[in-house]
Amino acid sequence: MIEFQYARATDVADAVRQMAGNPGAKLVAGGTNLIDLMKMEVERPAKLIDITRLPLKQVEDTPGGGLRIGALVRNSDLAYLEAVEQRYPVLASAIKSGASQQLRNMATTGGNLLQRTRCAYFYDTTTPCNKRAPGSGCSAIGGHNRMHAILGTSDACIAVHPSDMCVALAILEAKVHVTGASGDRSIAFADFHRLPGDTPQRDTNLDAGEIITAVELPPKGFARNYSYLKIRDRLSYAFALVSAAVGLELDGDTIKEARFALGGVAHKPWRDPRAEAALQGQPANAATFARAADVLLRDARGYEHNNFKIDLARRCLVRALTQAARGTPQSQSSKKIA
Amino acid sequence: MADSLADPGFDSPNDPARRANGGAGAGISVSLKVNGTSHALTLDPRTTILDLVREHLELTGTKKGCDQGQCGACTVLIDGRRVVSCLTFAVMCEGAEITTVEGLAVNGALHPLQQAFIDHDAFQCGYCTPGQICSAAGLIAEGKAKTAEEIRELMSGNICRCGAYTNIVAAIQQAMGRS
Repeated sequence: MIEFQYARATDVADAVRQMAGNPGAKLVAGGTNLIDLMKMEVERPAKLIDITRLPLKQVEDTPGGGLRIGALVRNSDLAYLEAVEQRYPVLASAIKSGASQQLRNMATTGGNLLQRTRCAYFYDTTTPCNKRAPGSGCSAIGGHNRMHAILGTSDACIAVHPSDMCVALAILEAKVHVTGASGDRSIAFADFHRLPGDTPQRDTNLDAGEIITAVELPPKGFARNYSYLKIRDRLSYAFALVSAAVGLELDGDTIKEARFALGGVAHKPWRDPRAEAALQGQPANAATFARAADVLLRDARGYEHNNFKIDLARRCLVRALTQAARGTPQSQSSKKIA
Repeated sequence: MADSLADPGFDSPNDPARRANGGAGAGISVSLKVNGTSHALTLDPRTTILDLVREHLELTGTKKGCDQGQCGACTVLIDGRRVVSCLTFAVMCEGAEITTVEGLAVNGALHPLQQAFIDHDAFQCGYCTPGQICSAAGLIAEGKAKTAEEIRELMSGNICRCGAYTNIVAAIQQAMGRS
């Protein structure tokens, strides 16, 4: 690992100050991805600013009936929080499906949003990668791309965002609160992560030096009809091949509102208002679910080794919608898919 | 360079100035406790808790498996919570209390988990065992796992390449008072 300077930030303003004008600096909290990447020398920060002491560890009800989650709340604490398990169970379920308990004990809410792709070429500094070294090329296109994206890709990058938590946050329409040298702002979750385009080195729309302070959940939590279904190569502790987060609002068998997003298939959680609108006012049954999946995947494209993901994503979504409609969400300890 | 494969077009990670010890990263003070003993240390900030306990404090029970947070062999308890020590910088643990596998026994009496692992033959080569035991101690403290299925899920961060999982689950159930 390359040497770096280390400093502890005393408060948010201090962290912003230390980041300002210091493009070589990185914030560190849970460290579960950054330290891993530093060992591989994919990340080579000149300075690490330790923000673990900042007062961003609260989870608070908002006046409008939502929940504001401090950026430093650990993933495991959030997943087992009563307010999350009761009001936003799709988020609790998605978090529990990701990584391992040790890593969830370390990883933070803000850090989960900022984790990098696990594309093997991104990690392998002996190979070209436009995300790691812009302009060097994409080794995954034409390479071993079984884990890679089928939606929203570009000629520059077919990496996927690895988070489970973010797939649930996408359908909950969370807001990401950030602060920086030019003040506070909030970013709609759909606008937080980027598609690769010709700048795959940029995963998010955070500006240089900005810090995530909180993630806010609106009141609507789909606590009755939801599911998070994750398909992977082993039963636990593996990244998704494909996952689906679903929230439904039903009136009898009729769908009043449907939200769904796919993980493991794109550079960001994949949501599509057209596909969701296709379910509105429709009966909750296999035929309408299949039509919605067709709309969601209409532009899907395989890159040879990941061709199977297109059909897998369709089936995963239909199954998750079925689980949600029945009120029998996927268990994250029993791996039987009902 | 004649061979285009040899020059992929991005800068080399070889930067002698930032690799040498004693440069930009040297000398951060940190005070922490390991197995009840206080230590005041000055550390290169690259030092992980894993390297601290093994290389500086000669507590070699904690094992380095993958060193990338993928195997769980290095699991220790920090302030009572199980974490992977390979992805934890020691300088970030100011004031923390760390428990390694060496800190579980009390006055020479094995921790119930240690005894249970022996009783159930819950290992073959033993390399993952300190991490398994520390992780199981964290699991029991969390109190979320009740069934064998839940133990398996919440222990999935600890890989056993000998495949002793069946006996590991039995050992943990014994220590939980459920056998």
